[in-house]
Amino acid sequence: MSDTSIQAAVHGAPTSFIRKYVFSLDHKIIGLQYYALALVAVVTGMVLSWIMRVHLVWPNAPIPGLGALAKVGAPGGVVTPEYYLQLMTMHGTLMVFFVLTNAPFAAFGNYFLPIQIGAEDMAFPRFNMMSFWTTFVAFCILISAFFVGDGPPLSGWTGYAPLSAVGKDAGPGQAIGQSLWGISIFVFCIASLLGSLNFIATTLDLRTKGMTLSRMPIVTWAWFITSCIALLAFAVLMPACLLLILDRVAGTSFFIPAGLNVGDHLQPHQGGSPLLWQHLFWFFGHPEVYIAILPAIGIVSHILICNMRKNMLSHRVIIYCMMAIGFLSYMVWGHHMFLSGMNPFSALVFSFPTLMITIPATIMTLIWLGSLYGSNLRINSASLFCLGFISMFVSGGVSGFFLAQPSIDIYLHATYFVVGHFHMVMGVAAIMGVFAGTYFWFPKMTGRMMNETLGRWHFFLTLIGTYAIFMPFHYLGLAGNVRRYSAFQDDFLVPLIPVHKFITYAALFTGAAQLIFIANFVYSRLKGPVASPNPWECTSLEWSTPSSPPPFDNFGGQHPVVHHDPYQYGVKSSTGDYIMQTSPEPGAAS
Amino acid sequence: MRTSNPCIAVATMVLCPALMFAGTVSGKVTYTGTPVKQKPISMAKEPSCEKQHPTPVNTETVVTGANNTLENVVVYISAGGDDANAPAQAVTFTQKGCQYIPHVIALHTGQELHVVNGDQTSHNIHPMPKANPEWNKSQPPGAPPIVQKFDNAEFISVKCQIHPWMHGWFAVLKTNHYSITGDGGAFTLPNLPPGKYTITAWHEDYGTQTQDVTITGTETKSVDFSFKAKAY
Amino acid sequence: MGGKIFAVLIVIIALASAVPIISHTFLGASVTPPEDISTHGKAIDDQLSVTMAEAGISFLAAQLVLGLFVWQFANRKGGATKTFPGGATAMVIVAVLFVGAEVLALGMVGSKAWGMVYFKPAASDALPVQAQAGQFAFYFRYPGPDGKFGQIHPEKIDEGNSNFFGLDPENDIPARDDITSGELVVPVGKEINLMMHAKDVGHSFYVRELRIQQDFVPGLDLAVHFTATKVGKYEIVCTQLCGLGHYNMKSYLNVMSQEDFDKWLKSQSN
Repeated sequence: MSDTSIQAAVHGAPTSFIRKYVFSLDHKIIGLQYYALALVAVVTGMVLSWIMRVHLVWPNAPIPGLGALAKVGAPGGVVTPEYYLQLMTMHGTLMVFFVLTNAPFAAFGNYFLPIQIGAEDMAFPRFNMMSFWTTFVAFCILISAFFVGDGPPLSGWTGYAPLSAVGKDAGPGQAIGQSLWGISIFVFCIASLLGSLNFIATTLDLRTKGMTLSRMPIVTWAWFITSCIALLAFAVLMPACLLLILDRVAGTSFFIPAGLNVGDHLQPHQGGSPLLWQHLFWFFGHPEVYIAILPAIGIVSHILICNMRKNMLSHRVIIYCMMAIGFLSYMVWGHHMFLSGMNPFSALVFSFPTLMITIPATIMTLIWLGSLYGSNLRINSASLFCLGFISMFVSGGVSGFFLAQPSIDIYLHATYFVVGHFHMVMGVAAIMGVFAGTYFWFPKMTGRMMNETLGRWHFFLTLIGTYAIFMPFHYLGLAGNVRRYSAFQDDFLVPLIPVHKFITYAALFTGAAQLIFIANFVYSRLKGPVASPNPWECTSLEWSTPSSPPPFDNFGGQHPVVHHDPYQYGVKSSTGDYIMQTSPEPGAAS
Repeated sequence: MRTSNPCIAVATMVLCPALMFAGTVSGKVTYTGTPVKQKPISMAKEPSCEKQHPTPVNTETVVTGANNTLENVVVYISAGGDDANAPAQAVTFTQKGCQYIPHVIALHTGQELHVVNGDQTSHNIHPMPKANPEWNKSQPPGAPPIVQKFDNAEFISVKCQIHPWMHGWFAVLKTNHYSITGDGGAFTLPNLPPGKYTITAWHEDYGTQTQDVTITGTETKSVDFSFKAKAY
Repeated sequence: MGGKIFAVLIVIIALASAVPIISHTFLGASVTPPEDISTHGKAIDDQLSVTMAEAGISFLAAQLVLGLFVWQFANRKGGATKTFPGGATAMVIVAVLFVGAEVLALGMVGSKAWGMVYFKPAASDALPVQAQAGQFAFYFRYPGPDGKFGQIHPEKIDEGNSNFFGLDPENDIPARDDITSGELVVPVGKEINLMMHAKDVGHSFYVRELRIQQDFVPGLDLAVHFTATKVGKYEIVCTQLCGLGHYNMKSYLNVMSQEDFDKWLKSQSN
């Protein structure tokens, strides 16, 4: 881990259109490609959620246009029970994999990690290009499930066996669509592993002169830690998907025990264990949710420091907390399985580290709050989303505290309480981190500023809207509202329908509010006011590139030399109240 | 039958000589022994259907009537008749009160089947054929009828998985000459031109029996079937 | 301006979020667990209440402090930046000591309720009932006067004929008097040992009032025991996604007096 630069000309400047914008080796273009893919995925996932929410509260009303798009799943525009679950499965799969792993990590990480450490590109630009296009292929395979056989799988993004493993005997929605899902995720894992290798090698080997590990910005650390977690997690999911596919097509029985009578067809399998799937899946699945949140933690911390014009109380402690969370994330997977039939003693064993994660999470929250104290926080769209992140991180985090205790999980497992919990942390907080990063880095990526008024409207409507959607999920859970139901028909659940109606209205309202963001994004890209090179007056290396967007090799043939950590704020200098990392001016000790 | 217009009678006789010289096979299906008692169905999981039956309905595997008669037996011409074409008219199979009405239907290969949901709950219709493609479709309340056809003749067991007690049969036949016994166990197969025929009677639990019969003119031949009841 | 709007908004949101928790209603619906009819439920409910109080206080405190600090320190005119007293060290100490200890304490105390359900074996005189979950209904089986359950033969399952368990009364004598029911009928105050069998895919058994939830895992013969303390009918719902009919997969726990239960059992044998 030297701090001498290992800079060779990584690749020449692209000349053809294809090389520039399609099969690009440039990490910046690849980052944008990931972002575009995530944008398509999030819009698709959101539309699916609207159909789900509308169906839940108006189950017999035909949804305009749906009848033509989904002749089998929604004849006459009325969603069938299996189609609801199919939409739900695709919603979860798209959001967790193609949005939450892509946007905060692959998109922004690809774009900014090399720049922030002063490198010309990633360590393996060809692998990087392959990573994106492999992810794209995985996306296409997943979406193709809508158009084949009886449609996408209905077993949820968690794909529990034997429902997902026995094949079409399990009912509509479990034929070829499930196999395509398994293949898509398998391919996604390959892309993710390549990406993680790239991030790790780049961070360790390509830092420019003066860029010691301790001088890397928090967000760079976040991406680095995330890629370490991802390397181990996706390495387990990949063979799990392979085993699932084998059970479905090759007659193996990894996950299917003997003696199953599924839909009046005796299954010719024996010897497998449904719990094996759960272990493999959640051993990946729990680190995965931290893969989703850690980059957002890094992005938010990074942006807040710049906007507060002072460092966090201790950036080092935040980094240690991220490492602790990453480490602990591998010890808690069984908290998804308290009621799964595992030895009940193991529930206590998994509960303990799960509760321990509260400690680094609380430390970080207290540091954020404590850092706001005495700061001079600049309010703009980016910093507002950071504040929204902190609020949502707390809200989503405290509900985890309930679920971590097995005795309470007896009541709350598989209710809307769980759905509220993970949507708040993943679906809102992490996405707020992505929005914050977008508003913050838009000037650097495009050379133009996003409209600040529209940004604030977007923020406030989203903040209100997401609380209105997901806080009531917790109330529903406490009431005993079971999740993954396509309809609420029985005497127990019917009285809760007014709450669901409120949530549906909130969801449609919040969805509409995102149009403000899309409009702002597109308009600003084309006609936004030209941005100065460092509009936020931040210190990290991405703000010292000679142009916005940066030239293909990031620093225009120069190799930057780093003299400071990225926290020189509140320090009088020739530029104002901050000193850039590359500035040779003397700074304050850190 | 008296017609007011003698021309119609003459036209009929001229145009449809087969009908003029058509016989009928009719009879009764009975059982011997003691059939298993049908069990009451618990519809506890579906209150909207449970409400429709003041006393619980029974399973319909063996439905018997007075004088040891057997219902739901499909009696049909299995040989000797021309295979005929599928009628244009569809056959309807209704889900009502979480039961299939009727329990057994017969239809011609290639004839349209309409499955109707008359209940306030979703059902899924899952036929389990051996010679035709298997399908499994769900049908929310108020959804349009499901329209399907079967190309190969066989007796297909049908069930709903949402309401596992629901059970019915599609008798997909190559002939339009069929009759399903009702209360009283009687069947009748009219409009049979002269010839030798094999009549088959099928019961879902007691199996199949055949008898040969010859029609020479317009007579009514009486053919009875008797099945042995099973103890279990 | 934006900072002050945020501060006010976050306080309103935090307080508004707390109202349904305290009032137990939201938009006219009751949003609290239904009454507890089990012998171990109070331990769970107490745990839930304590957790809610701690989580609620943490939630409110964090949101209010966030709002307060943003109000005070956003977009200020000049002013030297100051540091929160104690700096990061204070935060770490607070988190580790206060939160950590509280979290661990709750976790350890909470294991008592867990233990009541899972570490205590079923009483030797618990009433054995078998539950089978299969797409998309629950069926229950009582051993009948001979006290023995007949063997399950998956290949003999014939639901249209009410043979939900695949029994073979013709050849298997203990199966002859087994009683199959679409509802879980139990006598009040008696411990039930529910033996759980999955017919096809994963399902789960959940009765909110009983504070019991347990997965049915194909290939594993799991059991859960409980005692219902109040007569009445309570929903049993499936909580493990099992296919298109998952939303409609339910039954009822029908708790009767011992006398009524005995009458019912006898009537089923005929």
